[in-house]
Amino acid sequence: MALLRPVFRGLRALFRPGQADADVADEIAQYREAAEAAHRARGLDAEAARRAARLELGGDLALREAVRASGWEHAVETTVLDVRHALRRLRGSPIFTVTAVATFAVGISASTAVFSAVSPILLEPLPFPAADRLVTLDDRNAEGTPMPATLGTYEEVRTRARAFEALAAADPWRPSLIGSGTPERLEGRRVTADYFRVFGAVPLTGRDFTAADDEPGAPAVAILNHGLAQRRFGGARAAVGRTIRLDDDPYVVVGVMPPGFSNVLAPAVGIWSPLRERSTGDLATREWGHHYQLVARLAPSSSGEAASRELLAIGRAPRPDFPRPRWADLAQGLLVRPLQESVTRGARPALLAITASVALLLAIACVNVANLLLARSARRRPEFAMRIALGAGRRRLLRQLVTESVVLAALGGGLGLALAPLGIRALVAASPPELPRVEAIRLDAPVFLFAAALTSLIGLLVGLAPALGALRAGGGSRHATLRRGRLRGALVVAEVALALTLLVSAGLLFRSVQRLLAIEPGFDPSGVVTLQVVQAGRAFDSDAARLQFFDQALAAVRAVPGVERAAFTSQLPLSGEVDGYGYEVETPGETGNALRYAVSPDYFATMRIPLVAGRGLAATDRPGAPPVVVINQSFAWRVFGDANPLGQRLRFGPQMGNGRWTQVVGVVGDVRHYSLAVDPPDAFYVANGQWEWTDNVETLVVRAAGDPVALVPSLQRAVWAVNPNVPIARVRPMAGFVAASAGTRRFTLLAIQTLALTALLLAALGLYGVVSGNVTERTREIGIRTALGASPGDVVGQVVRHAEALTLTGAAIGLVGAYGASRLIASMLFGVSPLDPLTYGAVVVLLAAVALLAAWAPARRAAAVDPTIALRAE
Amino acid sequence: MENLSELPGPGVAPGRHILTIKMRSASLDPMPAPKTDVIQGTLDLLILKTLSLAPLHGFGIARRIEQISRDVFKVNPGSLLTALQRLERAGLLDAEWRSTDNARRARYYTLTRAGRKRLEAETTDWKRRSAAVFRLLKAEG
Repeated sequence: MALLRPVFRGLRALFRPGQADADVADEIAQYREAAEAAHRARGLDAEAARRAARLELGGDLALREAVRASGWEHAVETTVLDVRHALRRLRGSPIFTVTAVATFAVGISASTAVFSAVSPILLEPLPFPAADRLVTLDDRNAEGTPMPATLGTYEEVRTRARAFEALAAADPWRPSLIGSGTPERLEGRRVTADYFRVFGAVPLTGRDFTAADDEPGAPAVAILNHGLAQRRFGGARAAVGRTIRLDDDPYVVVGVMPPGFSNVLAPAVGIWSPLRERSTGDLATREWGHHYQLVARLAPSSSGEAASRELLAIGRAPRPDFPRPRWADLAQGLLVRPLQESVTRGARPALLAITASVALLLAIACVNVANLLLARSARRRPEFAMRIALGAGRRRLLRQLVTESVVLAALGGGLGLALAPLGIRALVAASPPELPRVEAIRLDAPVFLFAAALTSLIGLLVGLAPALGALRAGGGSRHATLRRGRLRGALVVAEVALALTLLVSAGLLFRSVQRLLAIEPGFDPSGVVTLQVVQAGRAFDSDAARLQFFDQALAAVRAVPGVERAAFTSQLPLSGEVDGYGYEVETPGETGNALRYAVSPDYFATMRIPLVAGRGLAATDRPGAPPVVVINQSFAWRVFGDANPLGQRLRFGPQMGNGRWTQVVGVVGDVRHYSLAVDPPDAFYVANGQWEWTDNVETLVVRAAGDPVALVPSLQRAVWAVNPNVPIARVRPMAGFVAASAGTRRFTLLAIQTLALTALLLAALGLYGVVSGNVTERTREIGIRTALGASPGDVVGQVVRHAEALTLTGAAIGLVGAYGASRLIASMLFGVSPLDPLTYGAVVVLLAAVALLAAWAPARRAAAVDPTIALRAE
Repeated sequence: MENLSELPGPGVAPGRHILTIKMRSASLDPMPAPKTDVIQGTLDLLILKTLSLAPLHGFGIARRIEQISRDVFKVNPGSLLTALQRLERAGLLDAEWRSTDNARRARYYTLTRAGRKRLEAETTDWKRRSAAVFRLLKAEG
């Protein structure tokens, strides 16, 4: 209680000021009375005693103030007074206030929105215990490009490496949930038993996987994520213990993960099941394919580098109990990267560029408000002079002025914070699918603190400079006016420079996206819709059944009115699917890797991929017929050079070494597969049914005469008429994949473009303010000039030249900044030089034009100055 | 005296409160004596000591300090009232409105347990410091 007494008393004084005041006043009155009585007792008469007491005590008011000023609440009271005063002053000039608050709000809301996106992705640790010890392990191909590992590699590393506390492998798995409602294709992972232990996560209800669950032949169990349990099974508790049917097999749900568990590497994953596989000596199996994502938790004593070294040592010392195929020989060890880096790698450049842009915008906003304050303090100079004359301390005035700008910032910050959710929503809505951790983007306490800190900081900074300037002695002199004019000019120059930097970055990105979208993907996406079809269940266990379904489905789809052509493909360009295999050439005996497409014969015609030589695939290329392959131009050129590829023989994947040969019968045009920005990879096309196995997940591509999307319902009906249990997973027009391929660049462009245009607007406003203020200050001079015969044209020219001089100075400085900024976004540029003269030129012209626009109204006003009135004004 | 004022005493935040105690000659000169010194922190000690003898109101405290110091110290009412408020808030004093001997109401201050402890501490400290100053003066003289 005694400790809290100062707080309570202070609060009482704050909230019941009457009571506290009265106490003090009473005590002083009593003191005075007692003092007078003492003086009277010493023999003074009543009047003399009063005077003596007054001499001792001084005035009541001053005494009361002195006593009250001793409590902490006094500081609060003064601040409240200052804030009230500031609010009153700001209400007095609504246009200034609205402009300044709106400018702050724009800057703060944009910064807050961007911070809320950047913070969880780049700054915060991933939401796992000791997340800094989580790493991903990747194999590397001959060129050093990272790729997933094989199961054999996982088994060897798990047995031999000591650097990890836990290591797990995850294999993409897309089971179809059937038997309860609409057939649905789930995104899942088959994982080794330690998977969740690597992340340090435990199920919310039910249990984790055990080593026994992961034994080959163990009963099938699954763990669901919280969302899936809620959506399909009525919540976590209800789901645990249930038997669900995935691909016609029963799985017992043993656990449900907590809602916060984030599968950062693949956020869409809703279900996990133990892998239950072991690699065997037979290298021609799935287990030796590169599709196992390895994640590990470093042992406390280890580090990323140590793990890397250990893995290299293991790679260089093969052991007979761990045979390795050529494509997983571990010659370079494994690539160890922090999980955080693996998750955010793709998004980092874009987010850094956007962060830098928003910082520039915020700087422009601050400069703008500082400029407004500067102009305002010039107008208030007489007021300050008067108050200083009346005894106000400089420090007190300074405090009041800074309070004013902090109040402005706080209003702007409040408004900005209110607007920030809109910005956040827009960012999330525009975000490309590859942006990680989107679910963590929200307006939370750290974001709120950031906004509050930012607001106070810029309020102080922006207020301090003009306030100091305003209070400087002799502020009214001609010299000071001149200096102030120069300062404001310098601020505008800074603004223009910052705006130019942003505009050039936006321009370069714009040109990149333009270039990117102008790229021929190698096929014709218009009029094509794609549907991923999943053959689920025991009915499709045999290759023959799969092939039969594809044939029947194609026939049904072709019968739909409006369908021009239709085909199946095992992987779709630009869809993110990557399915590659090793190859071996008979002569000259070369080996390499290429993408494999298993397609139905009409695929080239449907996608309008041009046939360059030989023939395409035909309906007669069936199982049992001599195996044939069609390769793309890059492949043909790389392997056969000038020689005729037709009739050459190749062996692929599982057949390499001593399998059967496949003959090249045709060459088709290249197709951009990974992204529009990445050169077409080598690719080969085999007929469905002529590969080692028949794929059970393929994409139906349909070319329609009219709008292909309108056909989707009838296409689905046609497929389901053949088999109602087939989930149709991903329905998307081909053009959508093409657009999404430019997604990250588009997103960055959209963000930076918005920021740049806002910056341009702010810079124009700032320029307008300065030119306009300049005209006002020079009214008399302009009047004299006009009286001496200057034409309106001369006057306009002078004002406009002033504006253009400021702009071009700013632009010149900005060009340097823009050069620096273009380095930052270099990795996102495509087909355009960071020094693209067209972009730089266009931006400078744009700025000059905007400056002209901003100067026009003040210039007209200057030209309209009536010399007689102007001269009489003083 | 200069040195003394710079020594931080226990529980005294330097600069937070500057208490003015005017020292003046023992004569009954009605004219205000020139300010001779400013001692930081001693007023607290004097108030605590005075109240350790009996509860008193503000004027009573001032009067008692002047009497006991034989008018060496003249207490500034503003400083006194401010100090009283501060000490009360710090929990060293309790305050209560009570009737005086001549049936007037006055705010009486009493030393709390914390106040008594503080007084002991400050007394020890003061003795130590004044002895040091005294020794220094003797050495110089």
